[in-house]
Amino acid sequence: MTATSIAVLAGGISLEREVSLRSGGRVADAFSDRGHQVTRLDIDGELVRTLETGGFDVAFLALHGSAGEDGTIQSLLELIGLPYTGPDVLASSLAWNKPIAQGLFARAGLSVPDRVTLTQQAFREMGATAAVDRIAEELQIPLVVKPATGGSSLGLTIVEDPVRLPQAIVGAFSYADVVLIERCITGTEVAVTVLDGQALPAVEIQPKEGAYDFAARYTPGATDFHVPARLPEQVADACARLALAAVDAVGARHISRADMIVDGSGTPWLLELDTCPGLTETSLAPLAAEAAELPFPDLCERLVELALRDVTATS
Amino acid sequence: MRLDTDPYLSRYATRVTGMSASEIRALFAVASRPEVVSFAGGMPATDALDMAAVEDVVSSVIRDAGALALQYGGGQGRPELREHLVEVMHHEEVPGHADDLIVTVGGQQALELIAKCFIDDGDVVLAEGPTYVGGIGALKSHRAEVRHIPVDDQGMDVDLLEDALNELRREGRKAKYVYTIPNHQNPAGVSMSLARRHRLAELAEAHDLLLLEDNPYGLLDFAGRIEPSLRSLVPDRVVYVGTMSKLFAPGVRTGWIAAPGPIRDKLVLLREAADLCPSNLTQMIVERWLATQPWQDQIKRFTELYREKAEVMLAALEKEMPEGVHWTTPAGAFYIWLTVPAGIDTSDLLAKAVGRRVAYVPGRGFYADGAGGAQARLCFSYPELERIPEGVARLGELLHDELELVRAVFGDDAPSPDPRPSGPATGVGG
Repeated sequence: MTATSIAVLAGGISLEREVSLRSGGRVADAFSDRGHQVTRLDIDGELVRTLETGGFDVAFLALHGSAGEDGTIQSLLELIGLPYTGPDVLASSLAWNKPIAQGLFARAGLSVPDRVTLTQQAFREMGATAAVDRIAEELQIPLVVKPATGGSSLGLTIVEDPVRLPQAIVGAFSYADVVLIERCITGTEVAVTVLDGQALPAVEIQPKEGAYDFAARYTPGATDFHVPARLPEQVADACARLALAAVDAVGARHISRADMIVDGSGTPWLLELDTCPGLTETSLAPLAAEAAELPFPDLCERLVELALRDVTATS
Repeated sequence: MRLDTDPYLSRYATRVTGMSASEIRALFAVASRPEVVSFAGGMPATDALDMAAVEDVVSSVIRDAGALALQYGGGQGRPELREHLVEVMHHEEVPGHADDLIVTVGGQQALELIAKCFIDDGDVVLAEGPTYVGGIGALKSHRAEVRHIPVDDQGMDVDLLEDALNELRREGRKAKYVYTIPNHQNPAGVSMSLARRHRLAELAEAHDLLLLEDNPYGLLDFAGRIEPSLRSLVPDRVVYVGTMSKLFAPGVRTGWIAAPGPIRDKLVLLREAADLCPSNLTQMIVERWLATQPWQDQIKRFTELYREKAEVMLAALEKEMPEGVHWTTPAGAFYIWLTVPAGIDTSDLLAKAVGRRVAYVPGRGFYADGAGGAQARLCFSYPELERIPEGVARLGELLHDELELVRAVFGDDAPSPDPRPSGPATGVGG
């Protein structure tokens, strides 16, 4: 592609700042190597002015967490009229809120784990504690407790003993005012990246020890990945269809990553859709792209082309 | 196809296999943003230095001896600097001669070299609980088994130390050394009482112990009090570590070890294998700082500033903290150690704290065994004086709010936090 002036947005004040800086650094290096003019921008009070006056052709979003993934920055970029990579405002805000996204997926007939959503208010003002026992009864142990928003497994706990459930809920409330408690599906963990309406090969995730938690995600070598996932063809197809349907359900353009678990019977269950997937060296979307013979710099350029294409299409 | 995100994995030494990415480190990336009032970093107020004087010192080193300053030096460190460091020790009534000293790259290199010198896989080291993050890091990187000895307001509980020593004897094992920070301990902010120092010296004789005395903060007592060093009590049983990080500046990365001769010789060889020699440039800067500047006055200025900041933080804690929160009252240095009521886990709470633009170091970082979930370290030395009340108010509001939530969720049966491993809480200064 022709040389372009690209603002790579990374950092921010979300809890995933460090991960975002790693994604952004890698993206910026890839663009520099390809001869593009790259400016790295962090979030600060001057961001809008900088974006308006910087003479950029496009903004590449490597901002994970709140403000980067929830529609906030997307909305600003639309106001400014600067093309940007990744899903638009509505898709971002829908996918960011896991209970809403899961509800939409269920409504679209996709298989999502049984779940309960609880707010801090329910505990503070309505005595929700009295109903906590029902959660384990209804959903069955083990349970996954996670904040309704945010990524990188921050605040996520797998509860195997119902006695531990309240602690896990309080822990998740550190990250969001709402928690999502799901039946824990056991099986093969799989991530399917969808790039511009095409499902890339599924990546199978196999942590060497324990769960795919923060350390397993970001310590090189702590997790084994298999690309494509070691799944029978019809199961792999079902995973791809599920990811495409999830992307459709929220209307996510350009790139998203659907996280799912394939249970013992070969049924994939959708856990969440990440509209700003990580781009670090241990991240899943770049692994999938590489398996589809799209090396990392090509993936980055492709996303910029999509951003420029879509702005032309809508103007 | 199996993809390897770390194709070098099979080549690593066993000691690095446990090193992994950590949530806490990731949260500190946010804590360093200017919006956040951070009580996390254990950093001195270098803005309280007389920068014109520093500038003179630095430029005079280059002007007068540039070629030497930019050359390699000896592995033990410059004799001229060691003479001055001995003066610093004598100022605190710690005995020593220039010959006993090895100049290191900050106190941290000293702790690492000492661990490297003594620790084989699985060797036991006894350390205060809680203790300095970087001390634990140095021990863990050499695969030591760290056993903690609890600390109270009199410092390390030496009776419990004796119990631990007896327990080891029953196991047929021996501690390689006892790691202690006797003065204004990091993170607990307490000092070892005189009686306990003497008792510790007795135990060292009775149990044939080696003591690692880490003393970054001894000269930062708010009242100018000086307690006898362990090195003055049992000199042959002490490896002493000092640093200029808190007396001048951490940016010059100058610390030192004072050790009995045979240990000193081994440490010099180890250091030469690690990095040949300390930087001549920074050694000469420190040397000239100590030779030409009123460094004792600078320490007084630092101490006065820290005393003022401590008072402001203590007053703010008194005003803002909910019932059931306890904290230590420091008589010097940098730190207050906070204990929160049952049901609150300070590791989990850090995310919410950062969301409210205040940061601390969760207590688990200061234990090798996953304890400390109900504690947090607050450092008052670095944040600007005016921002301390605001930061404490944010923390107070957060804890009030969290306690309300905990009561709503657990009623009166809130559990204490579980021991669980913490990622390294490094990257936050001292």
